[in-house]
Amino acid sequence: MSKNRIQLMLCGGTGCHSTGSKKFEAALQKELEAKGLADEIKIIETGCNGFCAVGPVMLVQPEGIFYQKLRVEDVPLLVEEHFLKGRPVKKLFFVEHASKESIPNMNDIPFFSNQIYRAMKNKGAIDPEVIDEYIARDGYFAAAKALNDMTPQQIVDEVKTSQIRGRGGAGFPTGMKWSFAAASPGEEKYVLCNADEGDPGAFMDRSLLESDPHAILEGMLIAAKAINARQGYIYCRTEYQLAIRRLEIAIKQAKEYGLLGENILNSGFTFNIDIYQGAGAFVCGEETALMRSIEGKRGMPRPRPPFPALKGLWDKPTILNNVETLANIPQIILNGGEWYASIGTERSKGTKVFALSGDINNIGLVEVPMGLPIRKLIYDIGGGVPDKKKFKAVQLGGPSGGCIPEHKLDTIIDYEEIAKVGAIMGSGGAIVMDENTCMVDMARFFMDFIQEESCGKCTPCREGTRRMLELLEKICDGHGEDGDIETLEALSEVISQSALCGLGQTAANPVLSTLRFFRDEYEAHIKDKVCPAKRCIALLKFEVDPEACKKCGLCFKACPADAITWKKKEVALIDKDKCVKCMSCFDKCKFNAIF
Amino acid sequence: MTITVHPNHPDVTEEMWDKIDTIIQEYKTIPGSVISVLRLSQNNVGYLPTPLIDYVAVGMGLPSSQVFGVATFYSLFSLKPKGRHIIKACTGTACYVKGIKEVMSHIANKYGIKEGDTMEDRRFTLEGVRCLGACGLAPVMIVSEDIHGNLKPDEVVNILEDYK
Ligand SMILES: Cc1cc2nc3c(=O)[nH]c(=O)nc-3n(C[C@H](O)[C@H](O)[C@H](O)COP(=O)(O)O)c2cc1C
Ligand code: SF4
Ligand code: SF4
Ligand code: SF4
Ligand code: FES
Ligand code: FES
Repeated sequence: MSKNRIQLMLCGGTGCHSTGSKKFEAALQKELEAKGLADEIKIIETGCNGFCAVGPVMLVQPEGIFYQKLRVEDVPLLVEEHFLKGRPVKKLFFVEHASKESIPNMNDIPFFSNQIYRAMKNKGAIDPEVIDEYIARDGYFAAAKALNDMTPQQIVDEVKTSQIRGRGGAGFPTGMKWSFAAASPGEEKYVLCNADEGDPGAFMDRSLLESDPHAILEGMLIAAKAINARQGYIYCRTEYQLAIRRLEIAIKQAKEYGLLGENILNSGFTFNIDIYQGAGAFVCGEETALMRSIEGKRGMPRPRPPFPALKGLWDKPTILNNVETLANIPQIILNGGEWYASIGTERSKGTKVFALSGDINNIGLVEVPMGLPIRKLIYDIGGGVPDKKKFKAVQLGGPSGGCIPEHKLDTIIDYEEIAKVGAIMGSGGAIVMDENTCMVDMARFFMDFIQEESCGKCTPCREGTRRMLELLEKICDGHGEDGDIETLEALSEVISQSALCGLGQTAANPVLSTLRFFRDEYEAHIKDKVCPAKRCIALLKFEVDPEACKKCGLCFKACPADAITWKKKEVALIDKDKCVKCMSCFDKCKFNAIF
Repeated sequence: MTITVHPNHPDVTEEMWDKIDTIIQEYKTIPGSVISVLRLSQNNVGYLPTPLIDYVAVGMGLPSSQVFGVATFYSLFSLKPKGRHIIKACTGTACYVKGIKEVMSHIANKYGIKEGDTMEDRRFTLEGVRCLGACGLAPVMIVSEDIHGNLKPDEVVNILEDYK
């Protein structure tokens, strides 16, 4: 790749595809050709660069200039100014929210400069469809080391030394998991990769797969040697078609290079990987359910023990690891477990990838060292909450997790510390909510999800979550009564004590967590029949407060039902008979005048 | 050599049946592949009519009840016909926080379909799906193959009117 004067690392992740990177690429290539630059300037389509909110994004190498929000119309100016005259184009630079300063260099943008890349080491730096680019950045060196110079025991020990814990949510020590499976007797064993990514607001694993598929294959290969497995499966959500395509290409190329298949790198070791597409059931992310699903059955969990390390897929010893866990393995082998453990806290080592989204300025994928205060994640990297709104909470861990309010933001990123405040590290979904989010409604949202996804095998989970959902709906609809909160708490207790799998055991977390920090909001719904965040339709009056109304007319323009009358210098008025309760006017009014 | 008679079904053409035969042949010997076979069959036909599920069961040598069990367990599979255009509204957490509910209620108001419904004339099916990985553009929906992001509830109908 070095023969080109300039390389344009254009993001081809799902986010940037949807903001038009393909069209931009075609126009840029055409213009480069027209200007006779196509030989010296090469466009390389990478996986997600992380900063999806400002996509499509492109990094100009070797200069390190970062361009954002690229449009086809920008192409002529960009080529003329930057690539012919050597003057980078300021209007396409990132603008810092607080200071309004334009920042040309990627490494100077706080969103990037506060991160440490390990699992995401190659993000945006290589073409994921070209194995040579992966190899050029030390790819498959760790596999060569593991296969030719290390015993299974040495591999397991190195992973133990790193103290890495599973990134899929539960945080189980990976080295220990591998040592169990390595010790299990049997000729036939399996290595599985969990790419089911069920948390409904998270896309870390998808981005890793899209931007660096070989890292996951290499991690699986090393795991295979450690436990002596011949076959691996990647269980991937069927919705992730781009990730699946890139994995297929990567597997094909690895086979051609003798990095998968028989006698890999002349080590005498044989290993193959196949992709298995899930069919849309959240519970299939749970390990025993996932294995049943690969067997072609209904993906229902089964009791453990026996643990998969002893009896897993097809009743053979099996290990299952998350995408991000596996992406870290090659570097642990290459640089040593001690290197990996050199950052982090006492019990949480290394880095963690988060998908920052919701009401936050810098939406995207970030990798940060364990031990970082969550406040820094939200403000330094995330750039805070947009539109001058107040921060309310950040939700970690999705449907099994909880929320962290303002006064707990100094909690550090660490499995145990996060658990202390009633949330979980989870797989990395971090959704920021501003003051306009109703926490009772959020609890209802997660319970709705859980209730729909409960596989129905155990009664407490199936019936209990339905009861909880009914109660939450009742409260949001303004029919809440004294005692409802207590019933919710009692149900939470029963479900978490008696459910068979993690889905049921953690189902109540979003409710308990919001009750812990936002009990007053529940009470306002129940006692005063008021939704303080003004989200619950049944509790809104759809009236304009004449004192607060600044007569701006924005609500009038937004109303799809002609329900609002307004004239210049007059207070707006809502005709309740015409109003279809669409909420548009609430969103538009900057003065909180509608209630 | 078995000569199978293709069942009659208005939504499954002869070509589709042939394609399904090829799929079954390819996967028949792979253990656990019934989910893949159903997925590929649905990709061809658009949904899974009952005779098709029975046909897959016979072809794969599995009890019909087991194949039905699988088809009803996973949300990917639809046993009902779908519309010409499928609206996949993202109901992931980020999109929810950013107001997908309001977007969906505008769609419901205009076309009379709730999540999971198909219009009488099969123009649209409205589906709620989980995170599309484009949270940066929340709220997001996919219509046919096109991603539409940063949706404003009051503008969504304008976008949909382009799909006939
Ligand atoms: C209901 C449920 C859903 C889960 N979904 C996922 C998932 O989507 N991805 C994942 O990696 N782990 C998921 N897990 C955790 C897995 O069961 C398992 O712990 C993990 O994949 C192990 O890999 P790790 O040790 O590398 O984290 C889920 C667990 C439960 C109970
Ligand atoms: S806890 Fe819920 S999801 Fe888990 S096995 Fe029981 S019913 Fe199924
Ligand atoms: S809620 Fe919707 S329909 Fe009702 S007044 Fe406001 S904008 Fe108009
Ligand atoms: S948007 Fe708010 S301030 Fe403006 S006219 Fe409507 S109610 Fe009054
Ligand atoms: S998809 Fe381009 S930055 Fe994430
Ligand atoms: S939550 Fe909708 S795209 Fe992620």
